[in-house]
This record gives sequence, structure tokens and C-alpha cells, in this order.
Amino acid sequence: MDGTPQTSAPAPRASGGIGRHMLYVLRANPMTLLAFVLLTLFLVAAVLGPAIVPHDPLATNAVNALKPPSLSHWFGTDDLGRDVFSRVVVASRLDLAIALSAVALSFAAGSVLGSLAGFYGGWTDRIVSRVLDTLMAFPLFVLAMGIVAALGNSVGNIVLATAIVNLPFYARLSRTEVNIRREAGFVQAARLSGHSDISVLATQIFPNALPPMMVQISLNLGWAILNAAGLSFIGLGVRPPTPEWGIMVAEGARFIVSGEWWLALFPGAALMLAVFTFNMLGDGLRDIVDPRQRS
Amino acid sequence: MTSSRGMIVLKRLAQAIPTLFGVIVVTFILTRALPGDPAAYFAGPAATPESIAQVRAALGLDKPLAAQFLRYVQDLATGDLGQSISTGQTVLSDIVTRLPASLELTLSALALSVAIAVPLGILAATRQGTFIDHLCRVVVTAGVSLPVFFTGLALVYVFYYQLGLAPAPIGRLDFAYISPPPVTGFFVIDALLAGDAETAGAAFGQLVLPAVTLAIFTLAPLARMTRAAMLQVLGSDFIRTARAAGLSRRQVLFSYAFRNALLPVITTFGMVFSFALGANVLVEKVFAWPGIGSYAVEALVVSDYAAVQGFVLVMAILFVVVNLLIDLSYTLIDPRVGFDG
Repeated sequence: MDGTPQTSAPAPRASGGIGRHMLYVLRANPMTLLAFVLLTLFLVAAVLGPAIVPHDPLATNAVNALKPPSLSHWFGTDDLGRDVFSRVVVASRLDLAIALSAVALSFAAGSVLGSLAGFYGGWTDRIVSRVLDTLMAFPLFVLAMGIVAALGNSVGNIVLATAIVNLPFYARLSRTEVNIRREAGFVQAARLSGHSDISVLATQIFPNALPPMMVQISLNLGWAILNAAGLSFIGLGVRPPTPEWGIMVAEGARFIVSGEWWLALFPGAALMLAVFTFNMLGDGLRDIVDPRQRS
Repeated sequence: MTSSRGMIVLKRLAQAIPTLFGVIVVTFILTRALPGDPAAYFAGPAATPESIAQVRAALGLDKPLAAQFLRYVQDLATGDLGQSISTGQTVLSDIVTRLPASLELTLSALALSVAIAVPLGILAATRQGTFIDHLCRVVVTAGVSLPVFFTGLALVYVFYYQLGLAPAPIGRLDFAYISPPPVTGFFVIDALLAGDAETAGAAFGQLVLPAVTLAIFTLAPLARMTRAAMLQVLGSDFIRTARAAGLSRRQVLFSYAFRNALLPVITTFGMVFSFALGANVLVEKVFAWPGIGSYAVEALVVSDYAAVQGFVLVMAILFVVVNLLIDLSYTLIDPRVGFDG
């Protein structure tokens, strides 16, 4: 980019500093390291899942139904004799895909809306803020239910609903971050050198808002996974027999009162671990991005 | 700027009006965004083109959108939320009958959650780095990662199936008991008012597990915020002055520090209430609790749109009212607070 002259001499030292700082944070905070390891595990399961699982996640076998965990079925089998371990591993792709696309959508839309509101102020700001306030006036999970009910019961609409209820967080954050830099020296310099409003906003101001947005994304991913799993737990979006953590817990719930715990425990634990991973990652990222907020 | 307390309250009440209007607009959009033709949907599967046109005229769907919205607001003003196709009752009467069950569960869970989270947060802040601080950290981290329906099922497995301490997760009261005469709508209180200790005990037994489930879920943000706010206040100059002036530890902690840390905690409580209203739906499903959450889930399954939208609207209004009460309580706690902008 021609408008960023400051990336010449001090760049290697600065990145070395960040690298050392990351190493320091990782060493001081083993939880972040653990989170990175778990994230790798989930990504491997999501990408390779169907290729590496020992059984077909959809193959039923009535003779082998409701067997507790054993060597051949690590997480036991469900009421139709399907292998719970294979289903849990294969489900990670769908769960992560729903959460990632929902968060990507709300990040994109929220950044644009919030940046415009923070940059132009005035009526743009007032209208955007009013819309955000209205969305925030709903209990978020309830609004997501209403949106899925209105738009139709499909996986795509689960993604859309999760994206809409998360939108205010990104929009508010980018609005604040853009607003405080609106009149900064480097922005005025860029204006004087002939950049248009949009170009100043996109190449000069917005990149500065990215670090706090990254932290928000990571913390938000965990919540998006919980939200999507909650929606499928109450029977929205994903349909059986598709393996998905929320719906697997819902199917396993019927067997809890008769003592077949493994049907609900393992998908629930996978869900919990995924949320935990993203929360830990978010806390770790925050330590790297903003050392003052360390707790 | 320095208006009287009455003016502040009036101003805040006025600020709730645009929010309420926004909520009504959003629910209106949701009712009009139904997949396909709403008139064809409400006319039923055996509809002819004529009967669909009739329904369209009857529902006012042939009018421009602004006129439809006006009619929607008029219906709301008279309490008309439409007809539920699954129960055959009006949505309003369904919700009114089921709301006490949800409120009993949510309020007892929140009370439990505050009773644990606030002392835990204070102790963690005053005894930094000790066992209680680490406990607080574990609770906070685990609490935000646990899917609420999963916690509920785990509690059912341990306390019902394994230990046999809790009753079966089949709603507010076992079939063996008769519901107490309704006064408050809260079974435990109603049974006590009727002098029926046995029913009260049974209703309480049913309430414990779902309330604990919801409390675990809402505990984390409250404890986290109490700890952070207390740490910040305890580090400030006026606390040092109060200590230097020789005030007792208890006096410094409660009448100086805690009172000032209360505002952010109460703000967090508003957010937690929103979470609780959402999580309530999941907890009610796990424990077959007959509140408005499970009503909405049942309605969703059979595509009973009027019921779902009524539920969304009632929840949103409830949340607006709670936020209003929280903001108003600021002025009681901290006279410096005004509402500008």
C-alpha cells in the first residue's frame, strides 16, 4: 500500500518484539498454549474427520444398540447402534462451520456498519446506533429463535440468526475504534495526500481496529457455537440423522433418566471443550493485544 | 443537568419508548417475514383461492405495509397476540398461564446466583492469589464454557439416576400432588400460603435442579464483574483515606468499597438477565418445565408462528422493563447518576 510509509526500518524489530511477547505470554499462561493445541485438534477433526473415524457415523446396527463405551466403540453406541465416537468427530466440521460462517458474517457486516457510523457520525451514526440498540433490547437467544422461526427452519437460517444477534458487538466495537481515530494526525496526513474518505477508512483507520476485533471474534466463536448448538438442541436447523453436537445431546437426553449417560456426555463434552478452547484463546489473544487488561 | 430525582425517573421512562417502538417494529417484521404467503398459511391446507383471499382481507394483508403495521400496533394495544394453532387458545392467555412457571424458575435461579457470585467475587478481590481467588477463576472459566442444557442433563444423571436425591425431571410438581390454589403463581409460595408443607416441599424439590442449572450458567459473569469492580474500587484513593482514618475493615469494605462497586455489578446483572431468559428455554426443555420457553419450543416444532412471535415479544418487553428497573435503581444506589443523551 502506498499510504503506509511507516513499515520500513523498525519493522523487523517490532515483529521480533511481538514474537518474543507472544512467547512470553504463552510461557506465562499455559492455558493459552493448551488452547492452541486443542484448536489444532478440532481443526484436524473438522478437516479430516470423515476420513479418519473408525466407523461410518450414519451406519445403524440394531444388534449393537446402546452399548457402553468399549475398545471397539470408544464412546459407546447410540439407540440405533451408531458409533458415538465417529459421530462426535464428524460433527465437529458442521459445528465449526456454522459458528465460523456466522461470526465471519457478523464481523463483515458489523465492521462496515460500525465503521461508517463512527467515521461519518451524525445521522448515519444515529440510525445505526438506534438499530443496534433495538437488537440489543431482545434477549439474544430468544431473538435468534424468532428469526429462525420467521425465515424457516434450515441450517442457513441458523447461521444468519446467529450472525444477526452477534452483529451489535462488532458494530459497537468498530464504531468506537474508528471514532477515536477519526481526527488523528495520520488520518489527516492521509487525507492531505489525496485519499478519499473510503480509502482513508479502509486502509488507514480500520486496520487499527483489527486487534481488538480479533479478540472479540475469538470470544464470540465460543458463544456462536453454544448458540447454534442450543438452537439445534430445541429442534431447529440441523435434522437427524446428521451428526451435530447439539442434536446429539438432545437425542441422548431421553436416555439420561435410564442411565445411558454416554449418548449425551460425549457430544456435550466436545461442545464444552470447543467453547472452552475459544474462550481461552480469546483471553490469551487479549493478553497479547492489550497487556494492560491482563487479569 | 441537576434535575430532581423525579425528573430523572420521568426522563428514563421516556427513553424506554423508542426502544419499545423498535422492539415492536422488529417483531412486526418477523411476523411478515414468514416463508411463503402468510394468508395461505393461515387459511390452512385445504384452502381454495377464494378462501385465501378472504383470509388475506380478514388479516388486512392486502393493505399497504404501513396500514398493516398500524393494525398490528392496535392489536397489541388490546392484548391481541393472535391465536395459537396448537393449543386453540389465544396466545396471550397461553402466555399468561405459563409465565409464572418461567418467572419462578428464572427468579429463584438469579437469586441463588447472586447469593453465591457476589460474596465469591468480594472474597476473591479481598484475598487475591489465595484458594478462594483461584476457585473464583475456575468457576468463571467453567461457567461460561458449559452449555446450559448439558449441565442440566449432568445434574439429572447424578442427582436423579445415580443418587436418587432429586425427583424425576417431569415439570413443576409430581402427578401425585394437586397444584396449590394460585395466589402468586409460584408453586412453592402458594403451597406455603395454603399451609400445605408437603406440596411445598415437593414443588421445591422439583425446582432445585433446574434453578441450580440456570444459576451455574449465570454465576460466571456476575462473579467476574464483582471481583473486577471490587479490585478497582479497593485500589482507589478514598479507600486508602478511609483506612488511614481508622475505619474498621468491615466498614471500609461494605459501606465504602462495595457500595461503589455495585454499579458495574448491577449493569452486568441486566446482561445476565438477558442470558437467563434465553437459557431458560433450554432448561425448561431439559426439565419438562411448563413455562413459556417450552411453550415456544413446542410451538416452533409445529410451526405455530403466532405463538413463537408472541413469546419473542413478551420476552423482549420483559427485558426492556428489567433494564428500566435496573437503570432506575442506579439513582437509588448512587445519587450522582443522571440520564443524559
